[in-house]
Amino acid sequence: MKYLQGKAGWAILIALALLFPLVAGNNYQLYVMSLAFIFAISTAGLNLITGYTGQLNLGHAGFMAIGAYTVGILTVTYEWPFWGAFAMSGVVAGVIGFFVGVVSLRLKEHFFAIFTLCVGFIIYLIIEKWDSVTGGTVGIIGIPGPAPIGPITFDSAISQYYLVVFFLVVSLWLMHRIVNSLLGRTFIAIRNSDDLAQALGINLMRNKTLSFVLSTFYAGIAGGLYAGYVRFLGPDLAGTHYTFDMITYLLVGGIGTLMGPVAGSLLVAWVTQSLQFLQDYRMVVFGPLLVLLVIFFPHGIVGFYYKKRMEREMKKRAAEASRAQAVKKEAGTNA
Amino acid sequence: MELFFQLVLNGLTLGSVYGLVALGLTLVYGILHVPNFSHGALYMVGAYVAFILMSNYGVNYWVAIAGAAVVVGVLAMLSERLVFHPLRDAPPIHDKIAAIGILLFLEAGVMAIWGADFRRMPTPYSGIVDIFGLTAPAQRLLIIAGAFVLVVALHLFLKKTILGSTIIAMAQNREGAALVGINATKVSLLTFFISGALAAVAAGLFAPINLVYPAMGHLVIMKAFVIIVLGGMGSIPGAIIGGLIIGFAESFAGFYISTHYKDLVAFLLLVVILSVRPEGLFTKGVR
Amino acid sequence: MLKIENLTKQFGGLTAVRDVSVTFEKGKINAIIGPNGAGKTTFFNLISGMHQPTSGRIIFKGVDVTRMRADQVARLGVARTFQTTHLFDNATVFDNLIVGHRLRTKSGFWDVVFNTKRLREEEKACRKKAEEVLEFVGLNHAAYRLAGDISQEERKRVAFALALATEPDLVLLDEPAGGVNPEETVGLAELIKKMVRHGLTVCLIEHKMDMIMGMADKIMVLDHGEKIAEGTPAEIQRNPVVIEAYLGSEHAAA
Ligand SMILES: Nc1ncnc2c1ncn2[C@@H]1O[C@H](COP(=O)(O)OP(=O)(O)OP(=O)(O)O)[C@@H](O)[C@H]1O
Ligand SMILES: [Mg+2]
Repeated sequence: MKYLQGKAGWAILIALALLFPLVAGNNYQLYVMSLAFIFAISTAGLNLITGYTGQLNLGHAGFMAIGAYTVGILTVTYEWPFWGAFAMSGVVAGVIGFFVGVVSLRLKEHFFAIFTLCVGFIIYLIIEKWDSVTGGTVGIIGIPGPAPIGPITFDSAISQYYLVVFFLVVSLWLMHRIVNSLLGRTFIAIRNSDDLAQALGINLMRNKTLSFVLSTFYAGIAGGLYAGYVRFLGPDLAGTHYTFDMITYLLVGGIGTLMGPVAGSLLVAWVTQSLQFLQDYRMVVFGPLLVLLVIFFPHGIVGFYYKKRMEREMKKRAAEASRAQAVKKEAGTNA
Repeated sequence: MELFFQLVLNGLTLGSVYGLVALGLTLVYGILHVPNFSHGALYMVGAYVAFILMSNYGVNYWVAIAGAAVVVGVLAMLSERLVFHPLRDAPPIHDKIAAIGILLFLEAGVMAIWGADFRRMPTPYSGIVDIFGLTAPAQRLLIIAGAFVLVVALHLFLKKTILGSTIIAMAQNREGAALVGINATKVSLLTFFISGALAAVAAGLFAPINLVYPAMGHLVIMKAFVIIVLGGMGSIPGAIIGGLIIGFAESFAGFYISTHYKDLVAFLLLVVILSVRPEGLFTKGVR
Repeated sequence: MLKIENLTKQFGGLTAVRDVSVTFEKGKINAIIGPNGAGKTTFFNLISGMHQPTSGRIIFKGVDVTRMRADQVARLGVARTFQTTHLFDNATVFDNLIVGHRLRTKSGFWDVVFNTKRLREEEKACRKKAEEVLEFVGLNHAAYRLAGDISQEERKRVAFALALATEPDLVLLDEPAGGVNPEETVGLAELIKKMVRHGLTVCLIEHKMDMIMGMADKIMVLDHGEKIAEGTPAEIQRNPVVIEAYLGSEHAAA
């Protein structure tokens, strides 16, 4: 598994994603994969605030819907070009995220989860009730797909798939930067213990707000992609079950790990496909799975892999250290 | 006058149902410090069990509600043993996620067994009662009376029996309670049973004037959360007063502002309250 | 260095710290003792900005820090450890320490996006600081062990190291030798003295009397939130009020 690390690891994963259309039997498989990737982007955002910063956001799907409706409303009602509207999807979600964050991130533990649950619901209700702008329960239809960029068009299923892969890779690359930097360490310190983090001079509000805004920006971008990919929207997208889905991806894949959101959304998407006969009842399986994961396997797939790797490394390091000490001792007795 | 009376009646009805659901939520929070996100699903299961007992087995309305209370109470106890207890020392977000797992399971399970259709629960009390020249649907009066009786019974149980006072003692001070020899496991289980049973009774009382469907718990649980934040997490009188406040606010806002947005009232209230007082309305300041 | 004037903290009806005034001088070891629940930790929470006092003033290096947040106080040079040591158990000791120097760095989100020179330099500085403080507390050998795998005494040392990484002038240690055996306690006491030799001012809470009596320059005794005595170890040992408080509480406990 060594080759899954560093630059080589990235190259292999990207190559796999790029080669997938060659092995995909039909467009439906591309569709499933693209949607899984779109949700992986959104889940990566949720992972930042919940997995790395330790604040359980139960309104995440609401922000994804905000991004999606931004694209839907701007392109259909105001006839904006797709890319302009798309750029706004992340910005609008991030700005709303900022205001929600400023109010809610002062809250401790449970209050934040309850508050965001309600925020998600408020977003849902507003989308559902505000007919004149959002189309109410009917939603928005006829959203244009991504416009061509120069000679590149996004008409075929394959090109749309590649577009989604592109955004996924950029999102993950940025996330990689964030979580491995001092900034990411700051977030992790807050998750670990906010009292200790603050005693170490970390401004809790500023850092939590930054993490939250980034996470809602990710949700917004994913929503924008979703709107351009699926081409129609309903208030359902803001529903709590989408947030709960993303939490499932996070736990299956590995909460607080870079690749966890991708691993989780892919695996759940494909398992769901093979559990087609369950349809709406798939939560009969995933509900208990969620419980079992939190109790017995809280690190998910990727987390489990890291843990094993860490253990191996620890052993190696320990062996090296004892060898070095032995050498030192010998040198000491010789001198 | 007639109109005002109807609005008050409506507010009292809603407040009674919300209050009962919030009571269970706040009791569990007081003991385990877990916001039980699966509580709304328990409420929903309660409605289904009562409905199925009545329509499939022809059971009497009250017996059906009692049956639902027992079934849901046992379900709640199971969730305590199998899920919340093993997670008591886990990082803070784990128990919340597990609660969501229970919620998803119960909803999907109900859907798989009984389908996603909306159903209407029959009631033997469909008449209209005439009080001092004002008319009131019998079922609504029943809800209010039922909630009142339950709250009084719960109060007497918690205050006058030894078993009940152990719940209070443990909610106030877990370590202290352990020191004086209170069996934490027993108290937890009992609390979960009461909380599940209250939710089931609330659902059984409310279902005849509402519909029975798998997602029926969503709004109710969120409002119950608003109520216990409003009334102070873990506070029993807070849950009742908070329930009435939200019930009346909705009833009157629904009429005077817009039925369209009446469900928003509770949530906007929460947002405003927590924005001004981040630690909740009635909790004593800690900072 | 630190001047406390009439500090009071109430939690609802309970007064955890009542009208305490005291000064801690630079380069000294100041100890706070008192029975359980006397308000010692609360006193630290007030100084470090975790809690806002009900009344009174806290002046650190001539600056009024009474209403400051904990992170602001930390940036001014007050570091602290906690009664229970929270470490991120799934990371190495070294990784735990890097964030300790974060408050002296400025890199923000855009530095991360563009991987600026400032960010790279500051990350290097944080690593260097982590190495330095590890060396100082004598934990070089444990740098790459998981924080969850080290002993209680080593955890205490890591907590010291974290505090030191913030480059403080004043270090508040809450029961630095709690849950540690007598031999190890001696080692920790040595480390505290070493900190003072390097120009730090230390203020510690401790229940282990022989440790305190052997090293403190000044002792303050709290009981029920009130300062009941203050003085050198010798004075405190002779003080009848202190003896009464301790014996009284022991009688009560027995
Ligand atoms: N955040 C808080 N909210 C309410 N009461 C508190 C809070 N923190 C401390 N107290 C109360 O203040 C009193 C003093 O507590 P504190 O922790 O300061 O004692 P201590 O001297 O550190 O005791 P110990 O030696 O056991 O650590 C106690 O009665 C405690 O219950
Ligand atoms: Mg203490």
